[in-house]
Amino acid sequence: MEVTSQDFKKNAHIALHDAKLQRALGNLKAGFPGKRAAAIARLPEFDALRDQARDLKNHILAHLDLYLEEFENNVTAQGGTVHWCRTAEDARKTILEICRQQDAKTVTKGKSMVTEEIALNEYLEANGVTPVETDLGEYILQLRNDHPSHIVAPAIHLTLEDVAEAFHEHHQRPKSDDPAVLMQEAREMLRKQFVAADVGITGANFLIAETGSTIICTNEGNGDLTQTLPKTHIVVSSIEKVVPTLEDMTLFLRLLARSATGQEFTVYNTLSTGPRRTTDQDGPENFHVVLVDNGRSDMVGTELQEMLRCIRCSACMNHCPVYGAVGGQTYGWVYPGPMGSVLTPQMIGIENAGLLPNASTFCGKCEEVCPVRIPLPKLMRHWRDKEWEKHLTPGAARSGIGIWAFFAKRPALYRWLAQSSNLFLRLVGGKRGRVRKLPLAGGWTDYRDMPAPSGKTFMQQWQERK
Amino acid sequence: MSRAEIFNRIRTGLHIGADDQQRREAVQQRLQARAANLIPQRAQLPHDACIKLFIQMAEESAAELIELQHRSELAAAVEHWLSENGLTQLVMASDENLQDLQWSGNGALVREERVAEAGDEASLTNAFCGIAETGTLMLYSGPDSPTTLNFLPDNHLVALSASSIVGPYEEAWQKLRSTVGTELPRTVNMITGPSRSADIEQKLQMGAHGPRRLAIFLIREE
Repeated sequence: MEVTSQDFKKNAHIALHDAKLQRALGNLKAGFPGKRAAAIARLPEFDALRDQARDLKNHILAHLDLYLEEFENNVTAQGGTVHWCRTAEDARKTILEICRQQDAKTVTKGKSMVTEEIALNEYLEANGVTPVETDLGEYILQLRNDHPSHIVAPAIHLTLEDVAEAFHEHHQRPKSDDPAVLMQEAREMLRKQFVAADVGITGANFLIAETGSTIICTNEGNGDLTQTLPKTHIVVSSIEKVVPTLEDMTLFLRLLARSATGQEFTVYNTLSTGPRRTTDQDGPENFHVVLVDNGRSDMVGTELQEMLRCIRCSACMNHCPVYGAVGGQTYGWVYPGPMGSVLTPQMIGIENAGLLPNASTFCGKCEEVCPVRIPLPKLMRHWRDKEWEKHLTPGAARSGIGIWAFFAKRPALYRWLAQSSNLFLRLVGGKRGRVRKLPLAGGWTDYRDMPAPSGKTFMQQWQERK
Repeated sequence: MSRAEIFNRIRTGLHIGADDQQRREAVQQRLQARAANLIPQRAQLPHDACIKLFIQMAEESAAELIELQHRSELAAAVEHWLSENGLTQLVMASDENLQDLQWSGNGALVREERVAEAGDEASLTNAFCGIAETGTLMLYSGPDSPTTLNFLPDNHLVALSASSIVGPYEEAWQKLRSTVGTELPRTVNMITGPSRSADIEQKLQMGAHGPRRLAIFLIREE
């Protein structure tokens, strides 16, 4: 997919004025946070589980090479094959090669953000293999030639009307605006595809070292049909998803659904271990696991290592005021919201994604809700520092900070300036206590009044109370 | 080669020298201990309370619960459920727990033991165990329990022995290992309610791609 992260400001402006998008985003804000809160209220151990999950992830990352080795050994022992891919390009080629070995015409796909990350669909299509997205949200997006705006609810930016139109155009059926009817249409359309596909591609929520298994957590059952019916199952995942044992996986499963959709448990939690056994009556004959690095191993041992704890629950974006205002596509690449603002610069370069870690109010809500306690604001600050070091920060911001630093280094002058502007704003604010227009602050005052300071400055109060 | 490069980068990042015996021991210890992490109080209950919690949680997940006293009642209950819903076709697993059932043979019911195919109306499988914590069924693939039966038909009927219900997931893993060993079958399915999606405007719709309905026949005594 085309990267438009450089255009965040323009994208945001368009998104804020898009009434339909704003309505769609309302569905998100009205849904996920409340459902998560209700689920957590039923599990008093939730915070203790988060602490354990953070510590376990830290243990895994400190032993990442060894757990990956163990995982590979066990996949192989069960008759599967692990493919290691340093780059997105490696991964695309590896997957195409497996498809070609099977002489595959069509490939069904379960929902997988890693395949979005490596832009798999475009590549398969260009090489004569037709990918069919089977997750309802992803299916809608594929019909519309669109991309996910959310890592769990990919079509959250669309309205019922959008879906109705897309289905009407592609299904040649009477137009319906009943979500139940639309879902049944998709069910019928995709049923033939599930059966006809030569290869099924799914992602994985976790890789279990102990058993060489992969697990997907889904609500629709599309991932299960995708991996059970075709002759070949390809799991596309990334190296940080490995966990030691089934018990350790369980710790994360208790956190994942509750943090994501507020469900007690996802409907289908499915472990896959190797290809079908000789005595099995169904299931794939070939089992491949494609492990994508794509910049992750470079994060190990750096300040960004903490980001590798992420289990892709989406709680950070569901609670983010910026995401809630502009939606996922504004971020301009695969991973939106706070987790995306940390990951995207790593994957596509800070020179392309510098605006993302700046598009934050630093309210801290993302860190507060993260099930593995990733300090997202701290990591966004890390990228701001990098941007500054590389002289990528825009000139206006750079000179602004320079001016501020000039005064900050001269406390007497700083205090005098603070007191004078306090006084000035109070005069301008007058009886109303609000300022309508302020030079250089149009970004604020064009949309709302600036409250005028009503008391003394911090330093004045400090002096008085000392 | 990608593999060597990835491992090199990880090991460089972690500052791993030539000797990492201690790390290897820590990893082997964790893998072999298979220790449970924190298990919520909710799932640590006497067996009777587990059954009650299983029923409550399964119903909350929109599964239908039919309680039976004995396995001998299963065939009649399944026939009744199917006929009530106007269904005349059933594909089922050749699972030993589903053998010797007393099918009435009345009515138009066509019953076959095979894998599921697109268009099948209903399937019957036997659950390995039930997990009370979230009302979850655990099933796994094997010669007598094809996986397609759990996902392809419109209606999934599952026989579950009350005696197989455990509290937390951890107990299910132990039970699984003691039955199949440490090498898992091709697939293990944890199923909590029927298929659903909220991908259209966050409005929950039942029956996405998996079974539209999940009916659990809970058998109190064997």
